Amino acid sequence: MQIDIENLGKSVQVGEERLDILADVSFSVNKGETVAIVGSSGSGKSTLLGLIAGLDLPSSGQVRLDGVALSDLDEDGRAALRGRNMGFVFQSFQLLPGLTALENVMLPLELAGRKDAAEVAGEHLKRVGLSARARHRPTQLSGGEQQRVALARAFAVSPRILLADEPTGNLDAHTGAQVIELMFEMNRAQDASLIIVTHDAALASRCGRQLRLDGGRLVSPVVSSVISPVVAQ
Amino acid sequence: MIALALRLLAREWRAGEMRVVLLAVALAVASLTAVRYFADRVEQALGTEANTLLAADLALVSDHPIDAAFVREAQASGLRVSQTTTFLSMTLAGERNLLTGIKAVAAGYPLRGDLRIAPELFAADAPTRAVPAPGEAWVDSRLASGLGVKLGDQVDVGAISLRIAAILTFEGERGGNFMALAPRLMLNAEDLPRTGLVQVGSRVVYRLLVAGREAGDQAKVTAFHAWAKPRLGRGEQLEDVRDARPELRQVLDRAQRYLGLAALLTVLLAAAATQMALRRYVQRHFDQFALLRCFGATQRRLFSLYLLQLGALGLLAGVLGSALGWLAQAGMVHLLGDAIRIGLPPPSLLPPLLGVAAGVLLVLAFSLPALLRLARVPALRVLRRDLGAPPAGAMLAQGAGLAVVAGLLFWQAGELRLGLIVGGGVLGLMLAAALAIQLLLLPLPWLAQRMPASVRLGLLNLRRRRWETTLQAMALSLGLLALLLLTLVRGDLFDSWRNQAALGAPNRFVINIQPEQVDAVRQSLAGQGIADVILYPTARARLIRIGERLVSPDDYVDGSDDARAKRLVEREFNLSSLADLPPNNEVVAGRWSGQEGFSVEVGLAKTLRINLGDELVFDAGGLPLSGRVTSLRKVEWDSFQVNFFVIAPPGAFNALPQSFITSFHLPPGRGAVLARLVADFPNLTVIDVEQVMVELRGMLDRVSAAVELIFLFSLAVGVLVLLAALYARRDERAREIGLWRTLGASRRRVMLALATEFTALGLIAGGLAAAAASGVAWLLAERVFELPHAASPVVWLAGFGGGWLLVLGAGLLASRGILQAPPMQSLRRE
Repeated sequence: MQIDIENLGKSVQVGEERLDILADVSFSVNKGETVAIVGSSGSGKSTLLGLIAGLDLPSSGQVRLDGVALSDLDEDGRAALRGRNMGFVFQSFQLLPGLTALENVMLPLELAGRKDAAEVAGEHLKRVGLSARARHRPTQLSGGEQQRVALARAFAVSPRILLADEPTGNLDAHTGAQVIELMFEMNRAQDASLIIVTHDAALASRCGRQLRLDGGRLVSPVVSSVISPVVAQ
Repeated sequence: MIALALRLLAREWRAGEMRVVLLAVALAVASLTAVRYFADRVEQALGTEANTLLAADLALVSDHPIDAAFVREAQASGLRVSQTTTFLSMTLAGERNLLTGIKAVAAGYPLRGDLRIAPELFAADAPTRAVPAPGEAWVDSRLASGLGVKLGDQVDVGAISLRIAAILTFEGERGGNFMALAPRLMLNAEDLPRTGLVQVGSRVVYRLLVAGREAGDQAKVTAFHAWAKPRLGRGEQLEDVRDARPELRQVLDRAQRYLGLAALLTVLLAAAATQMALRRYVQRHFDQFALLRCFGATQRRLFSLYLLQLGALGLLAGVLGSALGWLAQAGMVHLLGDAIRIGLPPPSLLPPLLGVAAGVLLVLAFSLPALLRLARVPALRVLRRDLGAPPAGAMLAQGAGLAVVAGLLFWQAGELRLGLIVGGGVLGLMLAAALAIQLLLLPLPWLAQRMPASVRLGLLNLRRRRWETTLQAMALSLGLLALLLLTLVRGDLFDSWRNQAALGAPNRFVINIQPEQVDAVRQSLAGQGIADVILYPTARARLIRIGERLVSPDDYVDGSDDARAKRLVEREFNLSSLADLPPNNEVVAGRWSGQEGFSVEVGLAKTLRINLGDELVFDAGGLPLSGRVTSLRKVEWDSFQVNFFVIAPPGAFNALPQSFITSFHLPPGRGAVLARLVADFPNLTVIDVEQVMVELRGMLDRVSAAVELIFLFSLAVGVLVLLAALYARRDERAREIGLWRTLGASRRRVMLALATEFTALGLIAGGLAAAAASGVAWLLAERVFELPHAASPVVWLAGFGGGWLLVLGAGLLASRGILQAPPMQSLRRE
């Protein structure tokens, strides 16, 4: 899926003052491309991710997915678009504590009305190596296992875009590396576009391209995906 | 979508998420239905019980022979029927004659209750299922002593002569209205035509008595009532026990209102429990909602999904609660059925339906505002934890819940005034409580600084979560209010009942004492150990003029009270002439000087449209008696004391034929006193109301037992709500305690902090509840139960003490598991 970000800006009113969280951000992500968004805390990374996902609306500019401007859709339209095209991985895993691993993976499939939710979820759990833990609750799983369940959940709906917010932020280096390996492998298999917000230099370096945000502005040059590995290095 | 909603519900249930909500709602519904079930059955049973005093479940009264169509319809409906004919006529025995109330009855009479007869005057009596055989008569003691006849003697009634076969000592139908009635002679209906007394133009009262075959046949009776009502012709009316027996009507009405009050308070408790539980549920679902939005679920879809889930939950809770309620009332009936000695009819279908509806409504109404809020949770919350739901417009958001509670209140109360008082009281309490709690929390930090560390921790904890504390204290004070209110009103009710049919209350009336016999009768009674009787002068007179208006029965044809008014102006009634009003009489308008003017009973004044200042003219046996109304009095007709409609000043009867009347309590087994009195003064008539009082007392006992049961049940529910309110914060508390423990607080210190918190909470809630209960109990006593209410400082003691003990006890109980658990476990809770 082609993602086009055009002059994106987000500002909030704090008392009398206007605070720009994001300003004039433009870049594109091609189908199958992997992009890391890096920057210090408070640089606007998560806000950018939220805007790309349509979870929030920009103050200015546009996000287009395959040419469709998100701000032209209403809230429900954006939700439907997410349901069809996007997968999410979060820093805090966001598994529902009351559900088993399998049920957590089934949830987005069921919401999409898939009759084969249980089988598909089971297959994806198998792919992340957690078949044996399908009946376990999140509290009975380690952090790495929880994030693998979250990966299975994200990929179960065959997304065309995967959005990951600090996917290794809550994991140790070793476990983080395993999760990253798995994420890239699954992404390759599904040929999805991948956008990762991260502090983790190792993770960022594995992406085709890195975009650095500072004070809400892009500081790295915008380059095409073909030459991006060169620039990144 | 329904399937998905149910699947999600099932998962949440398994995860334990829903259990608390389900339990709270089911419990609430259980209490609601148990009280309703039980009240329903007790109500039906009390109705049946009271119907013995009407001799039927329903009576059709007519001044002309009753149309056979009514009889046919009643029989076709499967009801039992019996007919009676009553009229006034002379009874003769030798030289003596007496105006007598003649009553002709057929086999099967009475349909409810029993007659009681004795083999001779003042002898022990026993119940009977028989009626007088053809050719025989049963007479009451007044007729027997008035005519000077005994068993086996013959009396003449119209054209026939009847043999006296028994002394009739109790006839439920006559009840307390003995004063106005002539002595009784009962004969068999077969003999009636031969008397030749019933002819065109005779003033005869025909009654068709109707009753179900089994105790549960109330629906058939109600159906017959509905069928017959539009078909009533001129001079025909339907009476149930409430119309026929005003003194019992008050007992029944009050008992029913109390049961209503209990049911009503359970609605409020149910609402509080549901609100607490659902609030917690929704708070725990913010993340889930945001996540599902991320997965592409639209707001509307999620809203429907949750609504379906919660609706199913409400249905489940409703069904479960109704079943529980049924079990609870069955248990109560089983355990106490003997004690309350009422043959309880089977429960009706209404309570479970009400229960299921209440379950669904309660859950939906209380979750709706929360759901609306949930639906507005930004999906961005998955990335930014700091984003919550926008705050709900508090009044608007709670509107749905309050509307449902108000609806349930009025439905349960079945009476606008009761509903308004309780509803208003509770709403007022909630608003006042919110304000008061906020104010009470203000000085806590100041206080905390001066306290030891553990106490400081507890106090600051309350202060830190101001709104949470406020809500919790509101729920707690509501529970306590319910408990206090039920206790207070129950006390007032029992006091009044105890006074009404006290064991030492007068059970014999002596009438027809001539002015010259007054001292001799008083001495005779004193000589036999019955001292200090008061003899009231009385004259019989008919009201002929009110102001300039001549009184005629035709003036009273339209109003609701007019049947009674018509009867009152058609006959003579008893006046007295006194300086001091009898005890229990209370002047409600004007002033009684004891020297001039009339004092009129307020009910009579209302019925006959008599106002303060009106000139009344009576005809007392052809002699006029007139005076201006200077006061209106409230009289307790059910007090078994001598009472009068109209009281004139002393000396008013000087020119009139007058006699005296008295009442006294005759202990059991002292029948000889009466025999002696009647022997010394043969013109006196003694009226025995002992049996009527025994009946009334028995009924009051049963009603009290029923009220006591409902009270205990509501009490238990109130305590459960307190527990639920404290449990609602359990997870949060667990994390808190885990953190305290992690940071090095000893178990003892944590205990102390918790105890401080619960003590403060209990005292706040208890004080508020006591304040509200005092006000609402007074209002209820004054406006609904019409009882005297003595404000008591005990309420405050009970409020503070009870609140403290209950909240502390329940709170520590609710936190027990958490205190034992290792801190790690508490911290890992989600």
